[in-house]
Amino acid sequence: MALDQSFVGRTYPPSRPYEVGREKIREFAEAIGDDNPVYTDAEAARALGHPEVIAPPTFVFSVTFREAFTVVQDPELGLDYARVVHGGQRFVHHRPVRAGDLLSTTSTIESIKSLAGNEVLDVRGEVRDAAGEPVVTVHTKLVARAVEAAEGE
Amino acid sequence: MTAQIAYADVEVGTELPARTFPVDRERLIRYAGASGDFNPIHWNERFAKDVGLPDVIAHGMFTMAEAARVITDWTGDPGALVEYGVRFTKPVVVPDDDQGAAIEVAAKVAKKLDDEARTVQVDLTVSSAGAKVLGMSRAVVRLA
Repeated sequence: MALDQSFVGRTYPPSRPYEVGREKIREFAEAIGDDNPVYTDAEAARALGHPEVIAPPTFVFSVTFREAFTVVQDPELGLDYARVVHGGQRFVHHRPVRAGDLLSTTSTIESIKSLAGNEVLDVRGEVRDAAGEPVVTVHTKLVARAVEAAEGE
Repeated sequence: MTAQIAYADVEVGTELPARTFPVDRERLIRYAGASGDFNPIHWNERFAKDVGLPDVIAHGMFTMAEAARVITDWTGDPGALVEYGVRFTKPVVVPDDDQGAAIEVAAKVAKKLDDEARTVQVDLTVSSAGAKVLGMSRAVVRLA
């Protein structure tokens, strides 16, 4: 069943703010095996012109993915969440995320397409700091896979 | 922001140093904890096979994070990475053995975008076990 196109353009209110902690950035950098000191050493970050340690470029997804998935779990949209996979991801950084940031995300459904029985949703998250300045625009592509006849749903 | 590579020193076709990133089950558990993505397809073999996967697979976002390191190591300053996007085309399958899997990343300058902003487009090729795992993988990088 095709999803309701009237959801295109629907915006979901800003999330509860997320406070970016130095130790969380360190934990993330260690998890991806990246020992660039700009993620862990404020002096090294300042030497590159950053006021604080910065986060790896994809870190912000761990802040925003819950919002994107909240959107697809909107009961009015009627998507079968169990079939949803992550199809693509894009970040536009207005500035690097850094320790001490208090980030809020506003999510918007940008498009809904049907492709070969799959439903493809593009969700845009605008991530802003406490002053309301844009930090990152996060484009998340979610694909609800077609129900195969063999699954008998 | 202070990239260590000068815009004037690169041309279309300039290759970034290629890298291979190992990934094993422990790495995936660490990434799950750090990112908050506890989907069992990334750590539970029984669950992964039940949903039709060959084995546990790496988080797409883990692969995306590793691929970015080819760019951030090149520029020195990760703040130079302005835009970065990928499609998740094939999973990185991570067997429960001593080897795990490997993510191979090559990248090159595809376009010089803006002489004033000193931005270039970098295209990445990301594969594992001989298959391309990320599609349309490209970045915009601001150089010195």
